[in-house]
Amino acid sequence: MLPPWHSLLHSIDATDRGLEAAGYIASRPISTAVYLAHHLQKPILVEGPAGVGKTELAKALASWLGLGLIRMQCYEGLDESKALYEWKYGKQLLYTQILKDRLGAALGEEPGLDAALARLHGFGDLFFSEQFLEPRPLLRALREPGGAVLLIDEIDKADQEFEAFLLELLSDYQVSIPEIGTIRATVPPLVLLTSNSQRDLGDALKRRCLHLHIGLPDARLEARIVAARVPGVEEGLRRQLVAFVQQLRTLDLKKLPSVSETIDWARTLLLLHVRELDAALIRDTLNVLLKFESDIEAADPRLAELLQAAARESVPVR
Amino acid sequence: MQGPLLDLLRAARSAGLRISPAESIDAARAVEQVGYADRTTLRDTLSLVLAKTVEEKRAFADCFDLFFSRTGFAPEPPPDAAAKADSPLAQMLLSGDRSGLAAAAEQAAVEAGVGNITIFTQVNLYTRRILERMGLAALDREIAAAPPATAERLREGRERLREGVRELVQQNLALYARGQAEEYRNRTLARTRLAAIDRRDHDRMRRLVRAMARRLAAQYGRRRKRRRRGLLDARRTIRRNMGWDGLPFIPVWKQEVIDKPKLVVLCDVSGSVAAMAQFLLLFLYSLNEALSGLRAFAFSGTLVDVSDLLEGQPIERAIPAVLDRAGFGSSNYGQALADFAEHHMALLDSRTTVIILGDGRGNRTDPRTEILAAMANRAKQIVWLNPETRPLWGTGDSDMPRYAPHCRIAAVCNTLDQLDRVIGGLLRDGA
Repeated sequence: MLPPWHSLLHSIDATDRGLEAAGYIASRPISTAVYLAHHLQKPILVEGPAGVGKTELAKALASWLGLGLIRMQCYEGLDESKALYEWKYGKQLLYTQILKDRLGAALGEEPGLDAALARLHGFGDLFFSEQFLEPRPLLRALREPGGAVLLIDEIDKADQEFEAFLLELLSDYQVSIPEIGTIRATVPPLVLLTSNSQRDLGDALKRRCLHLHIGLPDARLEARIVAARVPGVEEGLRRQLVAFVQQLRTLDLKKLPSVSETIDWARTLLLLHVRELDAALIRDTLNVLLKFESDIEAADPRLAELLQAAARESVPVR
Repeated sequence: MQGPLLDLLRAARSAGLRISPAESIDAARAVEQVGYADRTTLRDTLSLVLAKTVEEKRAFADCFDLFFSRTGFAPEPPPDAAAKADSPLAQMLLSGDRSGLAAAAEQAAVEAGVGNITIFTQVNLYTRRILERMGLAALDREIAAAPPATAERLREGRERLREGVRELVQQNLALYARGQAEEYRNRTLARTRLAAIDRRDHDRMRRLVRAMARRLAAQYGRRRKRRRRGLLDARRTIRRNMGWDGLPFIPVWKQEVIDKPKLVVLCDVSGSVAAMAQFLLLFLYSLNEALSGLRAFAFSGTLVDVSDLLEGQPIERAIPAVLDRAGFGSSNYGQALADFAEHHMALLDSRTTVIILGDGRGNRTDPRTEILAAMANRAKQIVWLNPETRPLWGTGDSDMPRYAPHCRIAAVCNTLDQLDRVIGGLLRDGA
């Protein structure tokens, strides 16, 4: 069965425009990945430095397609009872307590223990049925009738065992619950996994995914992103600030400023009613861009020089 | 699956990508979806399906570009109406039909099986085969029979053609044979004695060492907890079984947390082991990138703390800096151990592994074995890696037999493979 949003993803260009309408300026490989993910029904594994918009992509995708975003943050020690399902133990206990009398009544007239047991069997798996199932993110994503966007965030933080556990879900969009059976998605969710490359992921997982690497954007793309996210910034300033950040990235820093820092900085400059960049102003707001004291110290003496280089390099934005 | 895609996959494999049959099928499905029309889209698509790391993506992009860059045949001089020729090859040469020549060469290349080329010495062989298939013999006959002006033109054309075909073969060599040759050289290099490695192989060696250090670190980083079956963790069992009114349906066992290893490395950088010291330092540097909490010391005469040098600088500067600070003297193990005991003994505790890299030749100075014994008492273990083979231990000024009893492991280590084995073993045991 094709979901209603199938027609939205009819071509790569349409995907590109759709994401842009949702406020996400995608580079060509990103739209290609989204388009293929739907048509090949494969999850996307998104890697890249922090703050380049890995999580943002999932959000934009969900809002464009009008789907729910189901997000699962991974951490060390995450297991299936937190990711997939859990029995509602409390409810089970409560129900057995409440039904105790009824059970007695129902079984009371049976003469022997064997007969009572047989009768009890007749009730079926009363307490291990769907009503007592507490769905966690993965199961919720599978059972969503119209499909969903499932974001498995920072998969590299989870244990290897959990990675192996995800394989069935990622390749067949189904999970097996011992007490109930196999649950299969009617409309496969769009799955995005993100990773900051804290550890190498297993080959089996990588093989099942489209591997998308989002790097730091070039000046043109970054200017478009700033324009989309911080529309108040005038074009001249936007060009300047993007060119400056691009220059800053050429330095040998511990943590290079990524797109999210550029956007934050643009917002900061907007709040300060800045019309034009100068070295003193940059020095005051540098802590928005650089997150390590040693980085700030390294960049500080070279600000004027970088600003000049940026003025030379700055490109016109369409 | 179509031929060109298969060829591309083969080229990608040879560029170092690991592509399984399942991924080939995925690639075919993906290409079906996007079509061949737009090359950028095609590259993005295949890169998404096939390349699984940033390095692989870069390698794939190079390979893709190489695959689709066809050799341009040198432009022919303008056609000469007076010249006549019989064979199609000669006609194409005379009329300056570059695309025709290129197509003919491609066709002949496929027939000659140029994709099977494995080693650079086969370039001439394949060039000749392709030219023969294109009709070189007929061309030669025609040159012999033609009037002088035409013959001259044809002769020039033949040379250009030879060059073009040669380039085509070279390109195929680059596409399909690179992987095998690389792998072979890497394998041999890993088994060569570190001191005997040629200068031109240093770059390759660097890459190998870094890859190895990263792999070891990843291997180690994987398991930091080990379950100890049989020891019940009462607190967590009660917590886990709250849902059953505290009846312990699911027991939770105690876990052993394996600490990050604390490594203290002492590296001899004196003249006698200088050639090897370079790689040992390189290895230290790479390991330092991967594992935190490594303390590194270098010595020849006196001991110098080089952790900060390895920490803050790129490799090209760090190693010369270390050698500059400590290197190339004559070694004095006793002095180095005494220096360590005086200033850094506090680093050692029951979780520290001390690795000493050196030949144990102290130039007849006092070996001070009692200090090593004291260190062995404090630390978890001492591992001595010696580049000399065992029969040489104890000859001349070597104090190795006197040091060895205090080390948990005293091993010969003079190739990359051996280094890999020893350090890998250490990390696995939760050093």
